Amino acid sequence: MEYEAVIGLETHCQLKTKSKMFCGCANEFGAEPNTNVCPVCLGMPGVLPVPNERALQLTALTGYLLNCEVPGFAKFDRKNYFYPDVSKNYQITQYDFPSTTTGHVDFEFGDGIERVRVTRAHIEEDVGKNNHFAQHSGVDFNRAGVPLLEIVSEPDLRSADMAYEYLNALKDILIYGGISDCDMEKGMVRCDVNISVRPKGEEKLGVKVEIKNMNTFSGVRRAINYEVPRQIETLESGGTLVQETRRWDDVAAITESMRTKEHAHDYRYFPEPDIMPLKPDETWLAEVLSHIIELPLARKQRFVSDYGIPAQDADVFVGNVPLGDFFEQAVEGAKNAKAIANWVINNLQARLIETGTTVDKLKFEPAAIRELVAIIDADIISSKGGQEVFAELFENGGSPAAIVEARGLAQVSDSGELDKWCQDAIDSNPGPADDYRNGKENAINFLKGQVMKASRGKANPQVVGETLAKLLKG
Amino acid sequence: MSDNDFDIQYVANLARIALLPEQEARLAAQLGDILGYVKKLEELDVTGVEPMAHAVPLANVLRTDEVQPSIPQEAALANAPKQANGLFVVPKIVE
Amino acid sequence: MLHELTLTGLTAKLAAREVSSREAMQACLDRIDAVDDQVNAFMSIDRDDALGQADAVDAALAKGATHAGQPLLGVPVSLKDLFCVKGQPVNCSSKILGDFRSPYDGTVVRKLRDAGAVLFGRMNMDEFAMGSSTENSAFGRSNNPWDLERVPGGSSGGCAAAVAAQECFGSIGTDTGGSIRQPAALCGCVGLKPTYGRVSRYGVVAFASSLDQVGPLTRDVRDSATLLGAMAGHDPHDSTSVPTEVPDYVAELGGDLKGTKLGLPKEFLIDGIDPEVRAAFDAAVKQCEVLGAEIHEVSMPHTEYGVATYYIVATAEASANLARFDGIRYGDRVDGDDPFSLYCNTRGQGFGEEVKRRIILGTYVLSSGYYDAYYLRAQKVRTLIKRDFEQAFETVDALITPTVPAAAFKAGEKMDDPLQMYLSDIFTISCNLAGTCGISLPCGFTSDPKLPIGLQLLGKPFGESQLLQIANAYEQATPWHTERAVL
Repeated sequence: MEYEAVIGLETHCQLKTKSKMFCGCANEFGAEPNTNVCPVCLGMPGVLPVPNERALQLTALTGYLLNCEVPGFAKFDRKNYFYPDVSKNYQITQYDFPSTTTGHVDFEFGDGIERVRVTRAHIEEDVGKNNHFAQHSGVDFNRAGVPLLEIVSEPDLRSADMAYEYLNALKDILIYGGISDCDMEKGMVRCDVNISVRPKGEEKLGVKVEIKNMNTFSGVRRAINYEVPRQIETLESGGTLVQETRRWDDVAAITESMRTKEHAHDYRYFPEPDIMPLKPDETWLAEVLSHIIELPLARKQRFVSDYGIPAQDADVFVGNVPLGDFFEQAVEGAKNAKAIANWVINNLQARLIETGTTVDKLKFEPAAIRELVAIIDADIISSKGGQEVFAELFENGGSPAAIVEARGLAQVSDSGELDKWCQDAIDSNPGPADDYRNGKENAINFLKGQVMKASRGKANPQVVGETLAKLLKG
Repeated sequence: MSDNDFDIQYVANLARIALLPEQEARLAAQLGDILGYVKKLEELDVTGVEPMAHAVPLANVLRTDEVQPSIPQEAALANAPKQANGLFVVPKIVE
Repeated sequence: MLHELTLTGLTAKLAAREVSSREAMQACLDRIDAVDDQVNAFMSIDRDDALGQADAVDAALAKGATHAGQPLLGVPVSLKDLFCVKGQPVNCSSKILGDFRSPYDGTVVRKLRDAGAVLFGRMNMDEFAMGSSTENSAFGRSNNPWDLERVPGGSSGGCAAAVAAQECFGSIGTDTGGSIRQPAALCGCVGLKPTYGRVSRYGVVAFASSLDQVGPLTRDVRDSATLLGAMAGHDPHDSTSVPTEVPDYVAELGGDLKGTKLGLPKEFLIDGIDPEVRAAFDAAVKQCEVLGAEIHEVSMPHTEYGVATYYIVATAEASANLARFDGIRYGDRVDGDDPFSLYCNTRGQGFGEEVKRRIILGTYVLSSGYYDAYYLRAQKVRTLIKRDFEQAFETVDALITPTVPAAAFKAGEKMDDPLQMYLSDIFTISCNLAGTCGISLPCGFTSDPKLPIGLQLLGKPFGESQLLQIANAYEQATPWHTERAVL
């Protein structure tokens, strides 16, 4: 019997805000314990939460980026459970009226594009951090109250690799959109993985196992690659699976049942009475929408189809947005998009990295690259000349035409002078000339070199070659 | 929904409140009475009535994303029954 | 004698420099020394801090500070033991908070200070505001100054008793189901519950988030208006506080009741009201008519469901609000081998029985399988109760009712039957559920023993001006507010 894996992911990402979700403490990683805290996030008696507007904007923006609905009514709820890192022993979250619902993420997987549906993306507060020691644990509330976006996928994933690609695509979108820095080292992204298996073709879902709090994507991949076979093996050998939460042991590379006494989790959700409902209106949403950016995959596909450049070039322009924007301006109305892409990727990007400059600090306009390519394509200068023009552009700005003029870089292509140089070279070098006439093709290169020298590099090498050949053949 | 459904041990557990056996018995009886009394609400037809979540019709009460001063670590820990190295100490958490 | 003055009377003397703030504060302390071992209204007093504040005010007065800018300048006002004052203990009359000291000032505390008040004393209360008699305090009950064997009411019992015993010039309490109005009625003083959202809840230890409101307990209506004016207003720290302008409540007092329409809700006039209370109430209604008011009968058909609704909604919210008391970040800790035991032991030993009862009830009504039948249904009935008020206020300006069905009961009388205790809140509770404002003021006494009887007026949302104006007219036309308990 063939089985298929059915996987869903709940991804938690810390939002890129200055302050916490319900109080003004800094949203900052790495501070000394319990220094980014106040009575509110410490759950002191008498405190009240006030929601962070930017966090709600970023949540709505995420909704737009994930093709979600952003309804006109949402609210906060209390999720009640006792745990040392939960300062109020309830977490303020969104239960039945989240800020966004029903969207999807498209991403590259294998040879094609996969789509994973998103059930919802909602906003909640993060909890503190438990540190464990030999005889006791210690709690740091710096993280308590940080705005946390929870993105819940439908169980549309079918393999560990697919899950891995989905997570990376999601991370790219969130970084792209300025939603979250998604810095895994700083614990900004955590996943809960829901895994079940079922016979291929079966519609009913199998028994679900949850693996919580994974903090690397490769860890997620490893855990799925262990758990799916485990479940299949269990079923095939006649065993039964139990719905449970398991822990992934990255060292032993296994999932294991959590032996601790599982206290019944009845979260007793009810609407948060201290916070008023959220009713985003058109003006507010329009402001959010004005910050929407093109998704990475869409951008890549557009660059490839609109400009006919290869996928790997498009990838560069997806990975470096300002560079890609520069390219788009340069390529406007141009004939040779590929050449422009080459200049931008091979020359401009290289120079930028070398000098540690950014695109916005360039001394020349994108149109200059377009002009440069046109001049080269028209044979006005050689590609070597082009290099010189580019170097000058980067250093001091200006326009290619002016630089060519100022440095006398224009190639000589017209026959008058060229013929004379060629004839001179042939006359001065009878040896190579004869060699050529006798079939030694390469001998022409020496003569070419002589012409280039005589012309101080200004002769158009292609035309020189043609002219020499013509004259030698007589 | 009868008062017999009321399992005081389960609910006290959920509320993380340890009760002595005689407290359990007493509270169970009293809560049984109270639950019996509040059943009165079933007499009403609430079809189509919205639940009243808030007493005032406000919406979108938000704050600007600005950092405000936190309190110093000593103040945060000043009331802690047990603390060490800047952390609130609790019995070992086994996950 | 100084302690016998009203707040208004004291500010006049302070403004005229006839008396100093220190003298006023000392007068309170002397009075407390004389009577509080009988009344037991005060849980604790930081005398040095209180006198220090008074001295600071006197220095400011000497430099030209006036009551025009700071209406409470130099007035000693006491606080129920659930207001967070930086550096001061907050216990909510519970053991569980141990020696907790607040690291911050709540908004009301800050506003009262800005208005010049000398804030002192932690007033006894029912533990975590849960109760109607102050017998649920973990530190002993308070006694009604009119009869020390009887309760002062609750949960702001200490506040009401202190005002009635003239131990302070005003007291700040909270009202969730009647906890200001009912003790005011039982102790013969004025207790005001503002509209929900009128006064900030930031810095007030929460009982039921959608019902709690802060309000003053005072000797008369004018004092009440003064305190409300100093406390009311929008607070960015409290999302539920309303950005409505604060009128000058004191300036709007005065006049008679000509043209005022008062509603008598027929469902409030039940058989169970004590005959003397009923008689005093009827006389009060007549007095309002004499002053020019029109009396209309109105119907509030969902009145009888108020107590049931309240004990579901309030306990549900409380079960979550009190979850934070776990001995980890503050308070008394009772250890355990693991966090689970730590929670259970700390809370099992730290909370009193009434608090446990309500937390467990609240947990139950929110729990899986019961939420719809209890909590959700109760929130819907709440809408119906609010509609009753809206409909009534279409035809009348305020409702007039007794505050409590009977005068102060004997200590211990209702402790065995929690449900009986809850039912005595019947007249005050629906006002909190609807979120509107209400006031209790004296309207007479029972004969033997002589115990105060309270008259309740319920006003339109944010209609405190008119509410106070009506109350003031009645009060000034009657002698009740001049009577004093003999201690």
